Amino acid sequence: MTEFFVILISTILVNNIVLVQFLGLCPFMGVSNKLETAIGMGGATTFVLTLAAISGYLVNTYILAPLGLEYLKTIAFILVIAVVVQFTKMFIEKTSPLLYRVLGVFLPLITTNCAVLGVALQNTAKAHTFLQSSLYGFGAALGFSLVLVLFSAMRERLAVADVPVPFKGAAIGMITAGLMSLAFMGFSGLV
Amino acid sequence: MIDFLLQHPILSALFALVVLALAFGALLGFAAVQFKVEGDPIVEQIDNLLPQTQCGQCGYPGCSPYAQAISEGDAINKCPPGGQSTINAIADLLDVEAPTLDEEHGEESDVKTVAVIREDECIGCTKCIQACPMDAILGAAKQMHTVIADECTGCDLCVEPCPVDCIDMIPVETTVTSWKWNTPQPSQIQIADLIASDRQTSMEGAA
Repeated sequence: MTEFFVILISTILVNNIVLVQFLGLCPFMGVSNKLETAIGMGGATTFVLTLAAISGYLVNTYILAPLGLEYLKTIAFILVIAVVVQFTKMFIEKTSPLLYRVLGVFLPLITTNCAVLGVALQNTAKAHTFLQSSLYGFGAALGFSLVLVLFSAMRERLAVADVPVPFKGAAIGMITAGLMSLAFMGFSGLV
Repeated sequence: MIDFLLQHPILSALFALVVLALAFGALLGFAAVQFKVEGDPIVEQIDNLLPQTQCGQCGYPGCSPYAQAISEGDAINKCPPGGQSTINAIADLLDVEAPTLDEEHGEESDVKTVAVIREDECIGCTKCIQACPMDAILGAAKQMHTVIADECTGCDLCVEPCPVDCIDMIPVETTVTSWKWNTPQPSQIQIADLIASDRQTSMEGAA
């Protein structure tokens, strides 16, 4: 039990996928202009990342490892992620049109989110078990959602703040992200 | 089989990826059939006929919800911005009698209007910004507001909330750039003939 709790804390705060490992920076900068879209993107990514971590583990353990094909894991995981995203898109479109409209364009965007691939690869590198893999994916997704929501709340304030001209727009966003990253470095040593 | 594959790494790699791809392809194909979403084309057709002012005078939050409501049997004469021509077009699409505009939801105006804020009187309360369905009013709290004329659909919704009554509805003047040919009115006799013959053939087809 403690071990699972440690995995969650470690992925959400200490080894945060965005601010400490610097994966998934494109949606972090791109979809954080509004709080609502950030929450939508966070939800969609949480779902896909958890599912991708689980199916990545299954493909690696039951197909690649017995045949000695671990060197193919990158391309196999890309395939898995693309399928999971597409399947999720179809499933949500059918079961919950409202959620589908809220998530909209973000669902297909997750395919290109390197955090998803990164988590699947880290799972194999760290030789996680099935439960550890899924928790690791879920925790990483929660960490991603957390910083995305925090960052978008800050950017909404920045949009109306009196920023010096050279720093307007993306520049102040980058600086803010850097400061957030520094703050998250403070969590190291927590676990 | 497994032994043969293990002795030929390239073949096993090819085999594994092809099997994976085939399995995933089958899964997606199955999902595409299983989770197929049937759109409702009649709602989209009605929505295309509505003026897209999103003014909410029909009592629904926008044109798309009203189109949905019409398809579920609501009255078609609740759209003042569209006026009689929209009602006729929807009646034609749904093959029902065209009623006159329901006055309860507002009157149709012949002239297209646009909202104009008298800017020196504006106190910057942002109430008209919240009322505007088209996001056509620009401004911030305690700052002067102004209307983006190109976006304004003339729906009157901003006039009521203004506490200092500084919004006027001004008729849009026809200029060289905005002038259009008048749409010719089709002859009444031809329409009657066309519909009568159409009805006849469709009844024959149904019988």
